[in-house]
Amino acid sequence: MPTKSDLPQGTLDLLILKIAALGPIHGYAIAQRLQLVSQDVVQVPQGSLYPALHRLENRGLLAADWKETETGREAKFYRLTRKGKTQLETETASWHRLADSIALILRLSAEGAK
Amino acid sequence: MNWWQRLWHRQQMDEQLDKELHFHLEQQTADLIAGGLAPDEARRQARLTFGGPTQVTEECREARGTRWLEDLVQDFLYTVRMLRHKPGFTIASVITLALGIGASAAIFSAVDPILFEPLPYPHASKIMMIWDGSRDGGRLPGTFGAFRAMVERSRAFEAMAVMKTWQPTITSSAQPERLEGQRVSASYFQVLGVIPTLGRDFQESDDQFHGPNVAILSDTLWRRRFGGDPSIIGQQVKLDGDSFTVIGVMSKKFENILAPSAELWAPLQYDRSLPPQSREWGHHLRTIARLRPGATQTQASLELGQVLRDLASIYSRANTDYVTPDRFIVNPLQDDVTRSVKPALLVVIGAVMLVLLVACVNVTNLLLARGSQRRAEFAMRAALGAARMRLIRQLLTESLLLASIGGILGMVVAEVGVRALLALSPSGLPRANAITLNGTVFVFGLALTTLIGLMVGLVPALQASRDELNAGLHQSARSRIGGRQMARRTLVITEVSLALVLLVGAGLLLRSLQRLFAVDSGFNAAHLLTMQVQTSGHRFDDDTTRLFFSQSIDAVRNVPGVAAAAFTSQLPLSGDLDEYGVHFDPGPDGRPEGGYSVFRYAVTPGYLEAMGIPLQRGRLLNEHDIAGAPPAVLISESLAKRRFSGQDPIGHRLHVGRQDVPWYTIVGVVGDVKQLSLAVTESNAVYVPAAQWYFADDAMSLAVRAHGDAAALAPAIRDAIWSVDKDQPIVRVATMDKLVAATAAERRFVLILFEAFGLVALILAATGIYGVISGSVSERIREIGVRAALGASRSNILALVLRQGLALTTLGIFIGLAGAMVASQALVSLLFGISRLDPITYIGVILLLTGVSMVACWVPAWRASRVDPSITLRAE
Repeated sequence: MPTKSDLPQGTLDLLILKIAALGPIHGYAIAQRLQLVSQDVVQVPQGSLYPALHRLENRGLLAADWKETETGREAKFYRLTRKGKTQLETETASWHRLADSIALILRLSAEGAK
Repeated sequence: MNWWQRLWHRQQMDEQLDKELHFHLEQQTADLIAGGLAPDEARRQARLTFGGPTQVTEECREARGTRWLEDLVQDFLYTVRMLRHKPGFTIASVITLALGIGASAAIFSAVDPILFEPLPYPHASKIMMIWDGSRDGGRLPGTFGAFRAMVERSRAFEAMAVMKTWQPTITSSAQPERLEGQRVSASYFQVLGVIPTLGRDFQESDDQFHGPNVAILSDTLWRRRFGGDPSIIGQQVKLDGDSFTVIGVMSKKFENILAPSAELWAPLQYDRSLPPQSREWGHHLRTIARLRPGATQTQASLELGQVLRDLASIYSRANTDYVTPDRFIVNPLQDDVTRSVKPALLVVIGAVMLVLLVACVNVTNLLLARGSQRRAEFAMRAALGAARMRLIRQLLTESLLLASIGGILGMVVAEVGVRALLALSPSGLPRANAITLNGTVFVFGLALTTLIGLMVGLVPALQASRDELNAGLHQSARSRIGGRQMARRTLVITEVSLALVLLVGAGLLLRSLQRLFAVDSGFNAAHLLTMQVQTSGHRFDDDTTRLFFSQSIDAVRNVPGVAAAAFTSQLPLSGDLDEYGVHFDPGPDGRPEGGYSVFRYAVTPGYLEAMGIPLQRGRLLNEHDIAGAPPAVLISESLAKRRFSGQDPIGHRLHVGRQDVPWYTIVGVVGDVKQLSLAVTESNAVYVPAAQWYFADDAMSLAVRAHGDAAALAPAIRDAIWSVDKDQPIVRVATMDKLVAATAAERRFVLILFEAFGLVALILAATGIYGVISGSVSERIREIGVRAALGASRSNILALVLRQGLALTTLGIFIGLAGAMVASQALVSLLFGISRLDPITYIGVILLLTGVSMVACWVPAWRASRVDPSITLRAE
């Protein structure tokens, strides 16, 4: 099993929004996909997934409908709202900026240490 | 969904949440089974990765953002349940708070318009009252002469006015009626800053000597006598037989602070040429003035000082016998109006604040006691995961709800209280008609409620949360009990000391009142009926007036049940004040000696006998002291002592007021009489025969000594006088006992309030002591059991508990004594005949408090002494 990392603070919301952007999806599928896409590196405590979903829903970034799954069961499907889309874009941009600059700093100090 | 909808649909949302989480778990289990696990193992693993479902559910609910409201509703419902299950505690707290809040709101409503609200006039702070200052530091009413000098010379005032009371009888159309009114100089309403709503204000041309008879009516008079008819302007009304033209009607909102019962006004019309020895120089007018914008009270005082220097020469030119003022006293009208009642009102405010404090302490104590009983409950809730904040909030909700119920009931108490206050208030209370339970007071009460709720809630809440909560779960953990008992004892000590301060105040006032009523009035007040009889109209000159009064007295003496009756120009303790300057002949230097200010009583024969004023020397006045006879006069004992110091005054001569009339010869010395009030010893007086006085007083007081019940004679006496002339007004009918009681009205008013407050404080302190001691007995029940098992007798244990209560009381008493000694300074102006440190009062109050606290301790002590050691020790 590869080493698992905890999610940095606040990134769970961003990941959820990104996944929901791909189309309506229920909670369990979001958990599965997070695990799959991150190749098991990112370990989402499933317990914290649902409070995050509800928080995003209450903030109007996600909307939810009850629909049937392919197996014929009723599930709550989340989709991105217009407001959520804007939020996703801003947060993605700022994440990239942050990641780039952190990478830059790390590279610098690595070189300086040599 | 907004938060409100989320709150509203929370049941549905909870169901959906449940469904969603279930779906997740089942889906995962299904996947794991598909991956090859056994169903049981798959279910176990799915649960494991998911975490505790209850916790997840809670967090999701939290994410809704409506948690605080749900908690609030929950806290509230829980509180209501809790309060209903503890009716004793609830009723005690609510009543305590209602009394505390109600009393303070009532007092605040009464005091606010009098002391704090500006008077109901534009720029009311600019209105000044001006008095003549006499040489001995007293205040005298102003004179028209000085008023004219001020108007002509002063620059600091934009308007000035003088006024006097006026009681005309209105005779047009309906039944004759005696009215209360004022004669005012033209600028009266201008100084107050008001104008009539109908018609016009007075003008300078109205206020001239022998000027036109015009009048302005109050709204009430206009509606009562004239049906609110606007065409009244320009019509004639008959007042004292003269025709007056109505020129204006005042607004309904106009509040006449200077004479609250006045219903009509007419110009003063004094003579501006200021003839010597005329009423224009008599000290009988009240003066008000409005400062010019920018001018100050100090400027005005300085300026009037200059006017006074000019006035001295005017006085000497006027060749008047009237007293020249020493200085002018300028005071804001508001201070002037409230001057006499302010000390009493401030004392009452202080007292009610103490009551409120006692109430708060008591409720805190009750909540603390509740807190200690609920330790186990709180410990259990904390163990089950309730956050500390949540517990504090629960307690705050409880105390706020208690305070709110107390507050609502308190407003009811306040409403009743205000009415009671008005009914009890001394008649001299200014602005009494402006006292209502108003919006300000409601806000005041609400603010108080909230504040008290938070304050009271805080102590137990902090205490409960400071505890190591799980310690409460252990039966034997008693380490904290000491701390809480400590706090409760401190509160009880506070209550006892506050109660002592209030009781000492009540005691001092009570003793003052006793002393006051023990004062010898100088006459016999029992079976004495008094009333004022007036003459009104043009047909009365000096002769007809005298004839009317002499016929009246004959008629009154014929009424069955009348033992004696006579008229006097001024009646003791009735509010009359008629002072004259006296000159004796000769003084030590051989010239007439003046400088004596005395009360002048012009009386009909038999007055001193009817009043029961004792003769000490010489003879009384009799039927032979008539107009042509040599003028005779009686002087009071204190005047005799002052002037003749031991020598016989009989046969000496004196002048009262005017000196251009024949001398009065002293024929007798009579006992001193209290004229102004029982508390004022100013008893220099002269009694002259009404028939020998240089004018006929047009209003005389009748003093009737009855064989039996004096009050019952009133109708018969009135009819007897009206049988002489049915149009003459008879006013101020009262027994002398009532007048005596009225002189102490203000002290009695404050005393009643203090007695009520003291009683409340005493009851609260007693319940506090009872609560603490019985709580302590419950907590020490095992220790007491051990003592009993080791051989302590019942009386030993009784004494043990009583001693504990006594210790608290004693400490409270000591602190309270210190407080009372300081606080009693505020009462000094209301005391009479005793020191504020009167030992009898203090000892009495200490005995009372100790006794009451012993009674409060007795019940728990008795319970402790009945403890059966075999039962309590087995419980261990």
